[in-house]
Amino acid sequence: MAVVTVERKPLTFWERTYLPNIAAGLATTFKRMVKPTETLEYPEQRPEIPTGYRGVPTLVYDPNGREKCVSCQLCEFVCPPKAIRITPGEITSDDPNAHVEKRPQEFKIDMLRCIYCGMCQEVCPEEAIWLQQQYSMTGYTREEMVNDKKRLYELGGTLPDEHFKWDKKKAAEQAAAHGGHH
Amino acid sequence: MFDFYFELPLLLRLLLQGTAVILVLFPLAAACSMAERKISAWIQGRPGPNRTKPPVAGFLAPLGLVASIPVLGTALQKLGIYQLAADGGKFTFKEDPIPGHVNKFYFVLAPIASMIPALTTVAFVPFGAYFDAAGKLVPIALTHLDVGLLAVFALGSLGVYSLILAGWASNSKYPFLGGVRASAQLISYELSMTLSVLPVFLWVNAPGGQGTLSLFDVVQTQSQPGFWGGTWYVMTMPVSAFIFLIALFAETNRQPFDMPESEADLVGGFHTEYGAFKWSLFFVAEYAHMIVGSGIFCLLFLGGWNPLPWVPLADVIHFGAKFLPCVGTPLFTGLIAIALFLGKVGFFIFFFMWVRWTLPRFRYDQVMKLGWQKLLPLSIANLIVYALVIAWIETR
Repeated sequence: MAVVTVERKPLTFWERTYLPNIAAGLATTFKRMVKPTETLEYPEQRPEIPTGYRGVPTLVYDPNGREKCVSCQLCEFVCPPKAIRITPGEITSDDPNAHVEKRPQEFKIDMLRCIYCGMCQEVCPEEAIWLQQQYSMTGYTREEMVNDKKRLYELGGTLPDEHFKWDKKKAAEQAAAHGGHH
Repeated sequence: MFDFYFELPLLLRLLLQGTAVILVLFPLAAACSMAERKISAWIQGRPGPNRTKPPVAGFLAPLGLVASIPVLGTALQKLGIYQLAADGGKFTFKEDPIPGHVNKFYFVLAPIASMIPALTTVAFVPFGAYFDAAGKLVPIALTHLDVGLLAVFALGSLGVYSLILAGWASNSKYPFLGGVRASAQLISYELSMTLSVLPVFLWVNAPGGQGTLSLFDVVQTQSQPGFWGGTWYVMTMPVSAFIFLIALFAETNRQPFDMPESEADLVGGFHTEYGAFKWSLFFVAEYAHMIVGSGIFCLLFLGGWNPLPWVPLADVIHFGAKFLPCVGTPLFTGLIAIALFLGKVGFFIFFFMWVRWTLPRFRYDQVMKLGWQKLLPLSIANLIVYALVIAWIETR
């Protein structure tokens, strides 16, 4: 390979005094000074949260107001820091959602343990647990930092559903009971 | 009111004047610390301290009421003025531990010793002027000495003793190195600084006239009529001004010459073992040095209280007095002169902070090399050239 020797030009006297570069540096810092600041003034100005952000894990309702979690406890088992504790509960037969059979009696996520990894969301077969956009979680005591079921649904709210899996299942069962295809 | 004041005994009057100047200089030096934080923030693209707000209750109620004035209160809050008050309170009241391994007497003496030269040099700096009944310009200064600049140099260089004392008394290696560096740096740059102002005084002390080292007379020679009479010395002696400015940076231990406290290699330098009020005294002293040093630079090279080159203060006052007669009174003239002078000093304080966030700190050997091998020969050459030029002009 041909070697190209690049001639290094000697610095001129003026350059060796460093003064031109000091002046240029002063100009740069001055320009920076009169520009608007780069920072957000946090509590008043909030950052824009991108979609797909992994914030505080929450539980969600489907558009019909049914709690989507069926307390299968997969998230509890997959959770690397063991932040989730679920007490499963049965849905009584007089409930309109009786065909779903189970829902959590209590659902607790310890936010002091949670590492926001999103594995619970990934593993959930019901798309019931979502890491949404809330990024700030504070409290004065350890107890306050444990989100119980009520709080998890408050944070989660309702998310759109593409499948309505349990409604379809119920419709299919009813059709089968009426002698149609099962 | 004036009559009452001038009938007071001389000693009491001097005491009042001195107290007044210190009462202005001390908060001004403290305010520089806030200016430093704000300017650092702006240069780094941040807003800086802008949250602190005193409550409208308790003993802070007067401050709190000021803070609740609609526009002004918010503006002061955004500028961090209340943060300054909070900092001052914190430094005054927080616990001030003295480490067990230090030499207690000298350890306590050092911050006090740093304040003395800082507050004494200001006595020799004329910071304004007014016209007396005879129409003669009279300087506003605590003392009007003929050896003004010499006294400033003599006392100003004492400031480094406090750094050496602090470094020595801390009885720990980093402060010690900081103190050693401070002394070496001071000696190196003091020489160039003194040599750089000699051309100015060669020019001021024309043969046949009365010899003087007074800073007031230096300003007077920059406010004469005519083209050469009205130029500031920064135009006729740029190299002197340049050397003086660099030496000033080194003398006040400002970046890029802050060897004595370079936190990267010396933890905190000479003030590593200090905290609370004693630490803040070092910094007030440093800022007071900066203010006095900038003031001397303005007097020597930037025409003192003259607003613009070729526009002496007298012209402005006479022009203003045509429209507003009260401008011609000594009180107003004095205030205008002080404001013009402080404006220039303020620019230099800003310049110090501006340079701090532009230039990286020099290595210690670079500081020594620059001082002895570059600045000193340059200032000697500068002196010789100007001595020859001035001799040629005077004998023509």
